[in-house]
Amino acid sequence: MTRRLRAAVLDYDAGNVRSAKRGVEAAGVDAVITSDPVVAADADALVIPGVGHFGTCSRRLRERGLEAVVRSFIAEERPVLGICVGMQLLYAGSDESDEPGLGLLPGRVVRFPSDAVVPHMGWDVVDVARPDPLLDGIDGRRLYFAHSYYAVPDAIDHVLARCQYGGERFPCVVREGSVVGTQFHPEKSGAVGARVLANWVTMLRSEVQA
Amino acid sequence: MSARGAAAMGDRLAARVIPCLDVESGRVVKGVNFVGLRDAGDPVELARRYELAGADELVLLDITASSDSRGIILDVVERCAAELSIPFTIGGGVRSVDDARMLLGAGADKVSVNTAAVSDPELLDRIAAAVGSQSVVVAVDARRRDPEDPAAGWEVFTHGGRTPTGLDVVEWCAEAVRRGAGEVLLTSMDRDGTREGFDLELLRAVTAAVDVPVIASGGAGDAGHMADAVADGGASAVLAASILHFGDVTVDEVKDVMDARGIPVRRDVGAA
Repeated sequence: MTRRLRAAVLDYDAGNVRSAKRGVEAAGVDAVITSDPVVAADADALVIPGVGHFGTCSRRLRERGLEAVVRSFIAEERPVLGICVGMQLLYAGSDESDEPGLGLLPGRVVRFPSDAVVPHMGWDVVDVARPDPLLDGIDGRRLYFAHSYYAVPDAIDHVLARCQYGGERFPCVVREGSVVGTQFHPEKSGAVGARVLANWVTMLRSEVQA
Repeated sequence: MSARGAAAMGDRLAARVIPCLDVESGRVVKGVNFVGLRDAGDPVELARRYELAGADELVLLDITASSDSRGIILDVVERCAAELSIPFTIGGGVRSVDDARMLLGAGADKVSVNTAAVSDPELLDRIAAAVGSQSVVVAVDARRRDPEDPAAGWEVFTHGGRTPTGLDVVEWCAEAVRRGAGEVLLTSMDRDGTREGFDLELLRAVTAAVDVPVIASGGAGDAGHMADAVADGGASAVLAASILHFGDVTVDEVKDVMDARGIPVRRDVGAA
């Protein structure tokens, strides 16, 4: 019997932390909501929820000492899951703000064209671009999105899945080693979202125990 | 942009079907006629049933008159957040940034603001700055100035439709969006409760004036009306209460009709 894994859901006033906690718990790991860098650093995995403004999220993450924890997880190749703006923060920056992102992934975050209905709000189709166990059972399914900006990657090797909206195709699942990001909200995407989180937890188990 | 325009760009975003629950003192009011509900008055059980029935999102409207009921609705929001894995909006009595923060902190995904935004439009700027536009819905109750003539325009009413404001609906929606509302919940008071269909002229006027999603409300009598709101009115979502609660039409039946008319819908609600 392996021990139960524990995820820290970062609480930095930038997202629906309760839903994120419920989602990863339902997928079979213990979860704690925390804004304490020490508690976060001790977890097996980090979940970075994020809604709202890129700059506000980036600044609050840094001000609470949580950005340093995320960076150490990335450097040590420990698991991180960024959701929505939490995914966008993995890129270098966003047109929404002068605040920098984490710069793990090559590319920038830009706004949807002005002739589209924005925010991109609702259930949209996810197309798998690069097969990965994380996406088992997901290709062609609908998940819940709520965002006005999207990532334009400078490379494609980290892009696992895309969505199309406003005539633009953009990454909606990204992965660089142990770091995963989703533009949609798996915790708000019913049974299909639960499947994404279950796949992530399976990945978590193999990485943490490897 | 109309649904057709979006489809022409290759977009596949689903039109959302949103049941609305009126909640008073923590209990669902207006009859709900679902088979097998243990407690027909429990908003959380009903919300869960709607999620399983394929609802894409939910709106809970707190119509409690007294202002000392915050604790009750917060409890409902917390229990919904624990039970649901689809998004839900909470409206009714949101008067400050603190109210919005509290409801979102309890697990709601969006807050809907109506009367307080008309009294103090800057409230929308402040809430949007605090929580982000995607979590701010402006709810607008609209009544035709002349029932027979849409060219006369529509007037904004507040306080649950009791108070005329003189404001023009299209102008107010545009201002609310400029100030940070990320979605418009647009209710036709003329059609509300009539089951004659949505006020499509109203929908077209507002969807042409704002670039955020518009939720059509007021007048749904059958599934065809809901498809009309999207295909002809330009709505991104449709909201309905009594016809869903009484089982006159199911969420699935609405989606069947939309699908037959070429409107993208979410059918695959089960596990992969």
